[in-house]
Amino acid sequence: MARAKTPSTHSASSDSLSEEQPVPAQSAPPETASRRTTPLPLSHPTLPRWAPWLVAGIAAAAAGLIALTLGWGLVPWAFLAVVLYAVALPVWSLLVENRRAATDRVVSTLVWVAFALALVPLVSLIETVLVNGLGVINGQFLTYSMRNIIGPGGGIYHAIMGTLLVTLAAAVISVPVGLLTAIYLVEYGGRGHLARTITFLVDVMTGIPSIVAGLFAYALFLLFFGPGVRMGFGGSIALSLLMIPIVVRSCEEMIKLVPDELREASYALGVPKWRTIVKVVLPTAMAGIITGVTLAIARVIGETAPLLIIAGSTDSLNLNLFGERMMTLPVFIYYSFTQPGVPPEYGIERAWGAALVLIAIVMALNLLARLLGRFFSPKTGR
Amino acid sequence: MAKSIDVSDLNIFYRDFLAVEGVSMTIPARSVTALIGPSGCGKSTFLRSLNRMHEVIPGARVDGKIVIDGQDLYGPDVDPVEVRRQVGMVFQRPNPFPTMSIYDNVLAGIRLNSRRIPKAKADEIVEKSLRGANLWTEVRDRLGKPGAGLSGGQQQRLCIARAIAVEPQVLLMDEPCSALDPISTSAIEDLIHELRADYTIVIVTHNMQQAARVSEDTAFFNLAGAGLPGRLIEMNPTKKIFSNPEERATEAYISGRFG
Repeated sequence: MARAKTPSTHSASSDSLSEEQPVPAQSAPPETASRRTTPLPLSHPTLPRWAPWLVAGIAAAAAGLIALTLGWGLVPWAFLAVVLYAVALPVWSLLVENRRAATDRVVSTLVWVAFALALVPLVSLIETVLVNGLGVINGQFLTYSMRNIIGPGGGIYHAIMGTLLVTLAAAVISVPVGLLTAIYLVEYGGRGHLARTITFLVDVMTGIPSIVAGLFAYALFLLFFGPGVRMGFGGSIALSLLMIPIVVRSCEEMIKLVPDELREASYALGVPKWRTIVKVVLPTAMAGIITGVTLAIARVIGETAPLLIIAGSTDSLNLNLFGERMMTLPVFIYYSFTQPGVPPEYGIERAWGAALVLIAIVMALNLLARLLGRFFSPKTGR
Repeated sequence: MAKSIDVSDLNIFYRDFLAVEGVSMTIPARSVTALIGPSGCGKSTFLRSLNRMHEVIPGARVDGKIVIDGQDLYGPDVDPVEVRRQVGMVFQRPNPFPTMSIYDNVLAGIRLNSRRIPKAKADEIVEKSLRGANLWTEVRDRLGKPGAGLSGGQQQRLCIARAIAVEPQVLLMDEPCSALDPISTSAIEDLIHELRADYTIVIVTHNMQQAARVSEDTAFFNLAGAGLPGRLIEMNPTKKIFSNPEERATEAYISGRFG
């Protein structure tokens, strides 16, 4: 198939519109003159790689000029700059490139803007907590309780220990229950009535408001210990109520991901089903299970409402889960903020410090989950 | 080692659907029997019923008799776990355990059943099984490395080593070479030739040259149409099947006129 010979116009010059016009066929062989063909449309002019940056710079500068003359603040300026960018770049692209490239630029801009918007609250939150809380944290703050403290001084040792103990006990309750439930659902339940009912109930449990979990734990302990009962273990029960559905869900997904081929390989070696689950399925899914459990812990460690009801509030260190009030970080933050004492600034300061410590604990847990996940995941070892 | 298998009037169901109907055959000991036939004719289903792997699928069941060493595999007090210890299986896609090293993969059948064996004995079993699977020279220096890091053909031979490490009577192979390149395929066919001396081997294959190369006997399965059960059409020595089959359907399939 002879194609008309054309001068190669593959220049990427941004203002070249010559590609849009059909290229005249020069010295076409006579037999193909009747069906003159343009070259295969494999290329079109493209904007240079630095085009988005250029447009962004110009948009920012133009918006800054307007903002300065009209006396706007930072937020309207940023908004105007983004709007200018989102209009100018696609228009330029439409003029030089083609429709599809212009659409691509529009959607890319939208995605980046959405990403930036999602980051704004996170960055702002971390910044605020760091600014307000970092100054408070010192050795005394981390190792002293609030016993007999009025005004400056004191610390959150009792609240840190309370949070760690209550959450640990909640995890000790939730992980076996959740993991075994997940194993039942995937390996034994199949699509039977019981399994479907359990799945439904777990879904319902996911939606329980945390205050209701706290009231449940309180009502339960009321039966045994009479009115006015407060103990850390009650908080663990309430938290485990919130944690179990998350653990079930994540473990279920992870166990489902283990290929059936591995189960069959194990059965074919004459390994009983329970051993196959314990020695093949769980180790293969271990990385995901650990990640899921850690994220579930991170999710409940900041719960306030149930602990407010059942674990109570105290200024003293209490390491006994089964007796007396137990302070936890979220409750400490709540009380330090609502009842900061006189003068109030010390209480408020301590609330920020405790908030920073809580965030640090959650972040540490997330990092730990990633590390453990990497450590346990199956290796290919090439 | 190695026992023959007598199958009589075997019907295999998935819930109400009759997948394989009325199979009777005798699989001789210490030889290779190939199962051939078009896709969906029930070869793999039949193979899986030989070590009770079939019933792992929910709703699957079997009528009829499969007798090994005088015992009916589907007798009321037969433990499927014990059956699978005697009848090993190699699958279509290599499936080494991803959490285990090469060494542990070979010992999986022993370790997973938590039989305790001394280290020297374990080393001996690993070497013997890997030699048996023609993999020893390739992996002897990296037994501690994960099994998933091997090539596809090596993984499949690792799975064969794993299957023979528990010293079964019978070895079932479900299209063991269909995911492999010609060189790995040839390695595994050589291996089957060697294993024949010790094991009763049943192999499902879509590759007719492979059936002709490795097997003593060949069974041809076919189905009358979509939704109808698969049946055993003909079982004869491989030489006869490929030169002078009794059934016209067999001849048509082998000569490539259908299927």
